[in-house]
Amino acid sequence: MTKVPPELKYAKSHEWVRMTDNVATVGITDHAQHELTDLVFVELPAVGRALKSGEACAVVESVKTASDIYSPLSGTITEVNQAIVDNPALINSDPYGAGWFYKLTPSQAGELSQLLTAADYGKQINQ
Amino acid sequence: MLKRTPLFEVHRKLGARLVEFAGWEMPVHYTSIMDEHETVRTAAGLFDICHMGDMRVSGPSALAFLNHVLTNDASRLEVGQGQYTLLCNARGGVIDDLYLYRLAKEDFLLIVNASRIEADWDWLQQQFQRFASDKQTKLSNESDRFGALAIQGPRVIEFIDQCISNPSTGGTKVEKPSQLKKNQIAEVQVNRESAWIARTGYTGEDGFEIVAPAQSMESLWNRLVELGQGHGLKPAGLGARDTLRTEVCYPLYGHELDENTTPVEAGLSFFVGWDKNDFVGRSKLLDQKTNGVTKKCVAFKMTDKSAPPRPHYPIWRSDANEKIGEVVSGTQSPSLGMGMGMGYVPAELAKAGASLRIEIRGKLAPAVIVPKPIYKKPV
Repeated sequence: MTKVPPELKYAKSHEWVRMTDNVATVGITDHAQHELTDLVFVELPAVGRALKSGEACAVVESVKTASDIYSPLSGTITEVNQAIVDNPALINSDPYGAGWFYKLTPSQAGELSQLLTAADYGKQINQ
Repeated sequence: MLKRTPLFEVHRKLGARLVEFAGWEMPVHYTSIMDEHETVRTAAGLFDICHMGDMRVSGPSALAFLNHVLTNDASRLEVGQGQYTLLCNARGGVIDDLYLYRLAKEDFLLIVNASRIEADWDWLQQQFQRFASDKQTKLSNESDRFGALAIQGPRVIEFIDQCISNPSTGGTKVEKPSQLKKNQIAEVQVNRESAWIARTGYTGEDGFEIVAPAQSMESLWNRLVELGQGHGLKPAGLGARDTLRTEVCYPLYGHELDENTTPVEAGLSFFVGWDKNDFVGRSKLLDQKTNGVTKKCVAFKMTDKSAPPRPHYPIWRSDANEKIGEVVSGTQSPSLGMGMGMGYVPAELAKAGASLRIEIRGKLAPAVIVPKPIYKKPV
């Protein structure tokens, strides 16, 4: 069973969001890293880039294939996690911690509540 | 509906990730490609290759027929030996690449790619009818009757003799499989049924491939798993099979090879019997050997940190803004920790040490042509 921490919000496309003081930290779920398998390369968006929710903004590559990562929220990137660029395996080993992707300042206040709760995301991946 | 091998339920129970490959539902990995790749390089991996095709040619004209349709010289095979060879069309284009084994003086086994069983079978039947053959010579497609396993890695030798413990009854005569030399094949008993074990593989590691009746695949698999347990054996999927073969630059049909590419262009001239009698495609191949080719298959490594190259990514010159070819195989090398691949470039640019650029999502990443194989086992 893959982990789905109850305090986070989730996108159907398998990204998670942690809100702290109006800054959203974004990463991919344990289920996603498990499905993607060992990651060997990550491409992150530039700091300052304005994203729309659902926009492809990062790429992760396993040995087998490249996959797009979509932003769960609209907003402006304030910080990216260079550690996962240097060591993509962090996403596999600690998807909700050291394996975070980027932080953004949300621009659409209503979007957060439209994301899935842990319970709903859990249902989606266990279907 | 995808086809399933006799080991399908075994894979499912092991929690394999199953994917479509050449019309078959096959395991791409059980744990992860990286883990299984590493296991084969350092210990032992067990692969289901039941999807591959098995064809048989036997009778007085078998050798002459095979020498007419295949590029390598089959007459060089002693009983109990195998060789890598290619099936070409009249233009020298590759219909398939395969392993040919001489099981007995007038009995040959062809192990062909799953994706090419139908094309090969059509072509072979066509050629067989046109070939002046005697009535005793038979061509048969036994792909449904036989399955196969590949067991690969440096520690296979520690337990293979426990799995097959009786002396061989045909092919190369040995007391036990570990006495087989590279490319030799022996007839052995598996579950009281006749089977064939050859010392060969598609990974660049020492190992064996076992061809046996489909119904004995599951018990053979279980026996190998049990015996290999203490020797680091793990099941390995098609994902690792692909990264392992790419590191050692073994071609994969549909990537390095197709009907518009010749063995000479692919760098496989070694497997053409230039001295034997006429064979299908010979004039084209000889012309290329004499006058040169326009494109060549090269191996390359990425030189900077970059995303892994993938099939169909464009290849650019390093010294001019010119697209010169396409990647045919590409991935991250688990052994080297860097991007690697193969691709076709104009022959005059196909020099080891030459720089290239690979277009990855609109950006050009530097690469260098390297001698094949890309990965060599440290000695």
